[in-house]
Amino acid sequence: MFDNNPEITPELIAAHGLKSDEYERFAALIARTPTLTELGIVSAMWNEHCSYKSSRIHLRNLPTKAPHVIQGPGENAGVIDIGDGDAAIFKMESHNHPSYIEPYQGAATGVGGILRDVFTMGARPIAAMNALRFGAPDHLKTRHLVAGVVAGIGGYGNSFGVPTVGGEVNFHKSYDGNCLVNAFALGIARTDAIFYAKATAPGLPIVYLGSKTGRDGIHGATMASAEFDDKSDEKRPTVQVGDPFAEKCLLEACLEIMAADAVIAIQDMGAAGLTCSAVEMGAKGDLGIELDLDQVPCRETGMTAYEMMLSESQERMLLVLKPDKEETARAIFTKWGLDFAIIGHTTDDLRFRVLHHGAVMADLPIKELGDEAPLYNRPYVPTRRQAVVRPEDVPAPASLGEALMTLLASPDLCSRRWVAEQYDSVILGNTLAGPGGDAAIIRVGEGPKALALTCDVTPRYCQADPLYGGRQAVAEAWRNLTAVGATPLAITDNLNFGSPERPEIMGQLVAAIRGIGDACRILDFPVVSGNVSLYNETNGQAIMPTPTIGGVGLLPDLSRRAGIAFNREGDTLLLIGETVGWLGQSLYLREICAREEGSPPPPHLHTEKRNGDFVRDLIRAGEVTVCHDLSDGGLLIALAEMAIAGGIGAAIDARPHGAPPHAVFFGEDQARYVIAVDSNATADIIARGRDLGVAVARIGTTGGEELTILDEPPIKVAALKAAHEGWFPAFMTPSAITQES
Amino acid sequence: MKTSIIVFPGSNRDRDLGRAFRRTNGDEPAYVWHDESELPAGTDVVALPGGFSYGDYLRCGAIAARSPVMRAVAAHAKRGGFVIGICNGFQILCESGLLPGVLMRNERLKFLCRTVTLKVENAETPFTRGYGAGALLRMPLAHGEGNYQADARTLTKLEKNGQVVFRYVDEAGAASDSANINGAARSIAGIVNDKGNVLGMMPHPENAIEPLQGSSDGAGLFRSLALTLEKVA
Repeated sequence: MFDNNPEITPELIAAHGLKSDEYERFAALIARTPTLTELGIVSAMWNEHCSYKSSRIHLRNLPTKAPHVIQGPGENAGVIDIGDGDAAIFKMESHNHPSYIEPYQGAATGVGGILRDVFTMGARPIAAMNALRFGAPDHLKTRHLVAGVVAGIGGYGNSFGVPTVGGEVNFHKSYDGNCLVNAFALGIARTDAIFYAKATAPGLPIVYLGSKTGRDGIHGATMASAEFDDKSDEKRPTVQVGDPFAEKCLLEACLEIMAADAVIAIQDMGAAGLTCSAVEMGAKGDLGIELDLDQVPCRETGMTAYEMMLSESQERMLLVLKPDKEETARAIFTKWGLDFAIIGHTTDDLRFRVLHHGAVMADLPIKELGDEAPLYNRPYVPTRRQAVVRPEDVPAPASLGEALMTLLASPDLCSRRWVAEQYDSVILGNTLAGPGGDAAIIRVGEGPKALALTCDVTPRYCQADPLYGGRQAVAEAWRNLTAVGATPLAITDNLNFGSPERPEIMGQLVAAIRGIGDACRILDFPVVSGNVSLYNETNGQAIMPTPTIGGVGLLPDLSRRAGIAFNREGDTLLLIGETVGWLGQSLYLREICAREEGSPPPPHLHTEKRNGDFVRDLIRAGEVTVCHDLSDGGLLIALAEMAIAGGIGAAIDARPHGAPPHAVFFGEDQARYVIAVDSNATADIIARGRDLGVAVARIGTTGGEELTILDEPPIKVAALKAAHEGWFPAFMTPSAITQES
Repeated sequence: MKTSIIVFPGSNRDRDLGRAFRRTNGDEPAYVWHDESELPAGTDVVALPGGFSYGDYLRCGAIAARSPVMRAVAAHAKRGGFVIGICNGFQILCESGLLPGVLMRNERLKFLCRTVTLKVENAETPFTRGYGAGALLRMPLAHGEGNYQADARTLTKLEKNGQVVFRYVDEAGAASDSANINGAARSIAGIVNDKGNVLGMMPHPENAIEPLQGSSDGAGLFRSLALTLEKVA
């Protein structure tokens, strides 16, 4: 028998992830001892994942407004105006903890959750991406996690029918005990047909739609707000199980009832399931909610109120329908074979009341559940700055070519084809540029408009200097969008950090948010949605700070766009931007010299804007169709990627002066691009750059089957490709496992 | 030309397929829900789209093959009407017995999305008459279970009768183990039934109908059907 009124012991409070003072605050708010169901509800509402209690105070400083922003943070996803009555709706969200415990389902439901966030607002999802971080390749769990996470993302997205068009995969030992799975989704809706969670009047029936409620995922949001230890495997039952088929049916049904003008309010059941969605629906509309749990479709018998309120079963929605459209909606739900039930109604008393078997199991003030959640200004200490690494103090390689081959075959720079090919990237027929470029390009409808998408962050920069790292993550996303010819419009941020209760971690978070804000302001690149994932640490070992930025840009005319592949022989290669040869925190320093140190390259945001605007104008004018931004690995890596992608070589016969060659070719100075231009246009472009204060330098010519670096022996493009393609499949094949064990 | 695209719950390339018919032939296909028992009057071509019908949690296409609309599709095929099944559609046609053989898990056990080269082995079918014999086509595929298998006698019969329509080949047009992306028997990517009016194929011609998609080689398939129907009419 379920006891809703047990003694509330300190152990019970701790088991709900609440601190004793948080519990006191809650008990004082309701002026009595809570029931067990109430304790469960508040633990779900007040955990870090749902309440942003440690980050809210800092997130407030992010720029979230611009003329093209229709909806900033606070809804299921951000909404921007992309012209012609179209809106792009997008968000990125983490599913880190579940993915570490059960990689396939954890990643799959991460994808499911973010897709639901987007179509809940009325948008048909047209693209997905993901940013993944795993532990060191030689860590025992890494291969298992990579295989499971990639299969899970593909298993869900491929079946649902959204193209997965880009992302990041990186490895570092700081993620050994906490992998990161950040899933991004974007959809398109009409600007006059965007749907929100807010209920509008008392007395309206609340409709439950979608999969049945089971015992999966209970306390998922609380788990996502806890650190891991050696017993984390015991949390496996709290991971939800995904059903992409149900989600696909839910998508079509939701879009049909929206098109039939039957929806007043809609909210998906994500973290903390029924609790969070019902509270938001009421609180946003200044209304109370009464739920009758006897009506909730359940997968298992004997579920308690406590379990139903905390279940995170997937593929579920909560709706308020227009009273005269109930029959229309009913017919659509039946057509798609979806469970639905009226499980409650809105009230005017601002209470959140939960009934089960005729008894009141919870009766709480609805606004306070959200508004009165704890808000912390946690103590923080700034990250100690690291010394600048002088290029002269970094040894030169035996040859630039040899270093290039090593880097191309390193875990963080090698081709991600093994991963990308497991995702359907071409469904819907609008993928103009899929995985492997600077940004993916997706046609909107029949064109000529297209959207560019990217996700970026360089955690090793953030670790060394979170302020610079935050700025750089935004700048790189902006640069990647620019490199394909898009105007960057807005970002979604997914902030992954360790425990905020440690001042040094809190210092990383505060500085990274400040850095993100700085860059967003200077680059006119507002934040419209986001997610914070804290407590990413195991046995006290935190991940590198990883504020992933998902950027979205607009190409007004898709015929004016650029890609990274060399597409012609005899083009002149121009390097845009200043090169000082910054080797601190570079992959050269890490992979070739085995040193992870130094201050990261300083992002010069005004230069970034000037250089990027120059490059974008060239692409928009149709003068440039080949462009690559410079980031991890520096200039030579970018050139090799361009040669590999195009199957055309190049002769690099000039280099910027000043720094030693290895610093010039492998330094990770920011705000730089390589473009290939018609040789007759070279002088003119250099002169125009000079007029605008943009450094433009001729470095070589495309052509042949080899990459020739200064006076070194040429390297076949086929050899570059083999090095680039080889590492991932070799790492993931079972024979490699046998050899090691 | 009147096309009916069958939509099962979980179909996800139905729109892509509709767009391909529209773009190549100017023809507006009807969408037919899985629980219909009849096809729209005058249907010339039935198209079964890609996707994960009913979730494909059981054997791919097994449940869809038993849906009400498939009886109408079988009757249409029996009358000599044209049927094309792509990806999940191919799986459904095999499961419903309209085509011989089965589609098994890809040899390397993973879902794969890649642009491949196909060789047109028979350019005299109603679906391929617009292509030259032996033409090489580039188009994407995206599936986890496209490994075509049948017993040796069936395979030999398929080859002898010219029922093997498409094969996976390398860029030079030769079949090889490395070009045979999913491990299909004899590199088979697409077949027709013995009457030649039902085609099943794993790759996606509907995602290769314009240069912006990286290839327009798939358009020929839809044009071939239009050409065939012009001649029939």
